[in-house]
Amino acid sequence: MTQTSVAEPVIEMQGISIAFPGVKALDGVDFRMFPGEVHSLMGENGAGKSTLIKALTGVYGIDAGTITLAGDQVSFSGPAQAQAAGISTVYQEVNLLPNLSVAENIMLGREPRRFGSIDWRAMRRRAAALLEGLNLDLDPGSLLGDHSLAVQQLVAIARAIDVQAKVLILDEPTSSLDADEVAELFRVIRSLKEQGVAILFVSHFLDQVYEICDRLTVLRNGSLVGEYLVEELLRIDLVQKMIGKELTTLDDLEQRARSVVVDESDAALFVNAEGLGRRGAINPADLPIAAGEVVGLAGLLGSGRTELARLLGGIDRADQGELAIRGKVTKLRTPRQAISNRIAYSSENRRDEGVVGDLTVRDNIVLALQADRGWFRPIPAKRRDELTQSYIQALNIRPGNPDALVRNLSGGNQQKVLLARWLAIAPRLLILDEPTRGIDIGAKAEIQKLVFNLAENGMSVLFISAELEEVLRLSHRIVVLRDRHVVADLENDGLTVDSLLALIAEGSSDDEVPDASAGMPLAGAAVPAVPAVPAVPAVPAVPGVPGADRPHDSAASDTDPTPTDPTGDPR
Amino acid sequence: MTKLLDAPERPLRSSGPSGPAPRAGLARRIRNLLTSPKYGPVTVTAVLFVVIFIAGGVRYRGFFSGQVLLNLLVDNSYLIVLAVGMTFVILTGGIDLSVGAVVALSGMIAASLLQTGWSPAAVIPLILVLTSILGLLVGLMIHVFKVQPFIATLAAMFLARGLCYVISQSSISITDPTFVQLAVARIPLGGNLSITPSVIIAVVVVAIAVWVLHATRFGRTVYAIGGGEQSGLLMGLPVARTKVLVYVISGFCSGLAGVLFTFYTLSGYPLTAIGTELDAIAAVVIGGTLLTGGYGFVLGSVLGVLVLGIIQTIITFEGTLSSWWTKIFIGALLLVFIILQKVLTSRRR
Repeated sequence: MTQTSVAEPVIEMQGISIAFPGVKALDGVDFRMFPGEVHSLMGENGAGKSTLIKALTGVYGIDAGTITLAGDQVSFSGPAQAQAAGISTVYQEVNLLPNLSVAENIMLGREPRRFGSIDWRAMRRRAAALLEGLNLDLDPGSLLGDHSLAVQQLVAIARAIDVQAKVLILDEPTSSLDADEVAELFRVIRSLKEQGVAILFVSHFLDQVYEICDRLTVLRNGSLVGEYLVEELLRIDLVQKMIGKELTTLDDLEQRARSVVVDESDAALFVNAEGLGRRGAINPADLPIAAGEVVGLAGLLGSGRTELARLLGGIDRADQGELAIRGKVTKLRTPRQAISNRIAYSSENRRDEGVVGDLTVRDNIVLALQADRGWFRPIPAKRRDELTQSYIQALNIRPGNPDALVRNLSGGNQQKVLLARWLAIAPRLLILDEPTRGIDIGAKAEIQKLVFNLAENGMSVLFISAELEEVLRLSHRIVVLRDRHVVADLENDGLTVDSLLALIAEGSSDDEVPDASAGMPLAGAAVPAVPAVPAVPAVPAVPGVPGADRPHDSAASDTDPTPTDPTGDPR
Repeated sequence: MTKLLDAPERPLRSSGPSGPAPRAGLARRIRNLLTSPKYGPVTVTAVLFVVIFIAGGVRYRGFFSGQVLLNLLVDNSYLIVLAVGMTFVILTGGIDLSVGAVVALSGMIAASLLQTGWSPAAVIPLILVLTSILGLLVGLMIHVFKVQPFIATLAAMFLARGLCYVISQSSISITDPTFVQLAVARIPLGGNLSITPSVIIAVVVVAIAVWVLHATRFGRTVYAIGGGEQSGLLMGLPVARTKVLVYVISGFCSGLAGVLFTFYTLSGYPLTAIGTELDAIAAVVIGGTLLTGGYGFVLGSVLGVLVLGIIQTIITFEGTLSSWWTKIFIGALLLVFIILQKVLTSRRR
């Protein structure tokens, strides 16, 4: 926007640093917003977006740096103060009261009063005027809880702007809205923009960012990558900046064991999802997985990769489509049902949904098996010890003490304990959601090697990782998701990080991909590799994968906090 | 009356997205009313009350009279006052188990002080101040030390009950002329109908409570806390102050209910009003206040008390049934209502 680039920024944050115990959440980040402009803050999980917003709204104190609001240096001690100064926030989870009327939700705490009584009529008039200002046709007297989430979101915005907001922060406002509702929200955002409000729009959806935003700031691992005008930044460049891979350094990726011939006839399909979806989480998707096949899910955070995996693992119930397991249509209502169908889901949220920190390594490993047997048939102590010992050795869990408390183990070893737990029930399909996040290179290589061996022995694996190299290295097939849609389902044959990035960013159709990667040096090498059937020689190559020990790779894994970290996005 | 007081915020539903089309059928409208967490349960209670009253009138001679209805108020005025205080607490999502013991305690204080020659004009305000202070302490315990309301009020319950025995082990009768006067006084309403002064006090308390909950910022904050305490905080509402105040109100109402109860019994007895807190909670829940808070009306709670009262009346009229059947009916009714709340409100979206 030309008229805004000459204006003074309404918010200017300079050299903001915030440290939490053990993590530098923000490191000298600069950030500014102009009036009448929609600004987006972009970055993957743990990049520091939430922390920056919380620094701006006074939830967190800052360790270093300055915040300037309309020319005056400010420091807020809490959200109420920030709001009084004109910085309003609408959170992802709508923080309103479903049991009260729309008018009350807008006016609560500022109700017009007459003779000590709330003047309901004046209150509803004022609320109606505000809603009209946002072009919302809404009865202010109706209960908020009777309206859809989208409308509630707009009511939250109405409340936010009633306090004369100069800056409006929308944190993931569209994450639970459908297309029409998003359009309605965007209409409101545009009208606010015309009134000169600076709007910070945080979203995982690239399409939306490109539709509504004028300017964006990219963060990665708590540091500023840069500030860009949206119209001058190609999507693919944006994704690279967020993920932090320089394409030029990826050309030397070696050919991996993607040549395994997997029998994909219907008879060999272990699971086959057709049109499987869940409203508000993932659009209907097809996902066949053959026995012994490793299927990678690639996509940005919020693309639906975890949501799809959770449907297969019985964690969330699908409300659309059907799932066939060994050719038989089955409805998975609980993880327990999935487990009895020999499907195990290992969560990305290792600490909260995975290991039990206060139990020993042994207890953690036998947990799922014992639950599967039923609690009235305890596993004999001897069998328990054997099992634990064999997994400690097989997975190289350190310390190799079955009585050690899991919370004292490193992230990588915790992950191995979690893997051992699921392997103990001998699953036919193992769903690994970000199994290598936040763990060191050695453990990462070991886990990758393990996935290989498991698949060779006929186990199906659904592998999710934010690291595209890893997905490429391990998967026979790669399913690409974007904005909760499956946008491509490809044999891992001649695919490169570049072509995957292109798919993630743009979602081009399947047949364009070979063209896109044709020019890459890798593509030529990939073709002759296909007939070389045996996967075995490829396995030893795993620990020495060049991608795994590049310096920036290790830096990423060291600083990448787990989702429960205070810097993590609230998901 | 319910209709009138609720009018200012009754959804018009003509332009709301989930409201029925203007020409929607009556069935649809009734369905919408019943599944509303706000109006559904209280509507069911009102219907139930009318049905029981008609059934009683058909079955028993002399049931169908104005005085039977008025006696519901006369016999339960103290319970109405208790239920009003309890409504405030439950609307915030809390609970107050101490009210029965506080009723007994205020009866004991009144009886012992009157026995030593204190004037009723000093005794009654003193009781109200003391029970309000007890409520304040409970509220502070809940707010400052983050004690569960269940536990904090349980502690207050034992404290109050214990203090009863400290005052006296046995029953103290009240002979103070003012109290006796208030106990026997009947206010004629014309015809053969009459009420007691206690009823007037209870009605005044209900009227004030309706106004406070409906038309003051404090009252709306009570609802807000029940709807979502965290959201209320983020909206900048005085959550802490309000949470403490509802227990003060409940304490005050318990004290007042204790005074009304002594008008009724003319004695103080340490074992009196055991389990009354549960009657009050039952009345509030049957009256349509959600135990999780956020939805409910004071007038609903009054209706809940009347339903409990009319069940008791029916059992009295039946003659052969033990009065313990009242408890069984109330228990069953409570269960049905809680399940009904869940079912009706979950139908919605």
